[in-house]
Amino acid sequence: MKLTLVTGLTGLVLLATIVELLRRRQLREKYGMLWLGLLFVVIPLSLFPRLLDGVADLVGVASGVSLVLFLGIVFLLLVCIHLSWEVSALEEETRTLAEEFALLRAEVEADRAERTQQQELVGRDG
Amino acid sequence: MVNGKRLLVIIPALNEAGSIADVVREIRGELPGVDVLVVDDGSADRTAAVAVAAGARVARLPYNLGVGGAMRLGYRYAHDHDYDVAVQIDADGQHDPRYVPKLVDLLDDYDLVIGARFAGEGDYAVRGPRRWAMGMLSVVLSGLAGTTLTDTTSGFRAANRRMIEMFARWYPAEYLGDTVETLVHAARRGYRIQQVPVAMRRRMAGTPSHSPAKAMIYLGRALAVLTLALIRR
Ligand SMILES: Nc1nc2c(ncn2[C@@H]2O[C@H](COP(=O)(O)OP(=O)(O)OP(=O)(O)O)[C@@H](O)[C@H]2O)c(=O)[nH]1
Ligand SMILES: [Mg+2]
Repeated sequence: MKLTLVTGLTGLVLLATIVELLRRRQLREKYGMLWLGLLFVVIPLSLFPRLLDGVADLVGVASGVSLVLFLGIVFLLLVCIHLSWEVSALEEETRTLAEEFALLRAEVEADRAERTQQQELVGRDG
Repeated sequence: MVNGKRLLVIIPALNEAGSIADVVREIRGELPGVDVLVVDDGSADRTAAVAVAAGARVARLPYNLGVGGAMRLGYRYAHDHDYDVAVQIDADGQHDPRYVPKLVDLLDDYDLVIGARFAGEGDYAVRGPRRWAMGMLSVVLSGLAGTTLTDTTSGFRAANRRMIEMFARWYPAEYLGDTVETLVHAARRGYRIQQVPVAMRRRMAGTPSHSPAKAMIYLGRALAVLTLALIRR
């Protein structure tokens, strides 16, 4: 009974945190939806840990609780992979931005050099 | 100039080389004296070059930001260059620029005017889950805005100075954010919204971004986006 209280409360606090982060626009829609979806699985399970016993039997795991632990680890791994993928995409984008910036600077400097040269020529002639 | 106002037409474009030139030329022909800004969102084709040749100013983003990202750039441009009105028009030729003066006329009394399908004019129709999604969005957003809005995902919009100022600061880049979330945000903050019935034409070239198979996913995401927009501040 006590355990159910602890796990249930934890789930609810997590839910409140995510909703609040979403409300404040600190979390992009796609991540928010991911975590919300997860919580809608986790909260019922934390209240009724026996829910998965039937499924556990089916796949040959001794108890529903170990099945939840296993699925939890798999899920976290998937999230890690997804985040590495996102970071790689971000790195690629900053790289493109840096290139864009360097190209612009080269163009501006070439422009400026050309203009001072022209001014010098005009100065010498006039 | 339209009705004595300085007007900027913003066209978000992704791989629209086939239609962008005609769209830009038609706008410049129908609305003399307006400026056209094409925001090329990392197109892989010749969209930018074709648009410049047709007489548009082109802002090229180094990589794809989505319609929302492109539109914020457009509104910032409008704000920095002190335009009175910014009109958003699609690059695929579906929006008829002859309706623009009608939209702009209403901007004295409203901040954001939407060119809307399903409001009597034209015969554009959608079916299935996409239609249910649009119906749901329409009911909720009409309630929020205090006026009937039949086409909340329309990319044909005109904004006055007040609205440009807000959109230049805040414009979401998330899915459906450029349409649904901006409407929720604006209506909540007391900006006045109105719609004008328009007929929608067929795409001139290229492929539409939504396939019928994606309609069901669209419905789910529309629900999620709407719920999120409603709980957000
Ligand atoms: N900047 C930018 N524009 C985009 C992007 N995707 C689409 N667009 C443009 O947004 C406009 C609307 O896109 P469409 O694909 O026609 O979408 P739609 O009009 O809602 O749907 P259809 O009824 O299929 O035409 C067009 O001008 C596109 O070029 C993008 O990722 N970035
Ligand atoms: Mg279109």
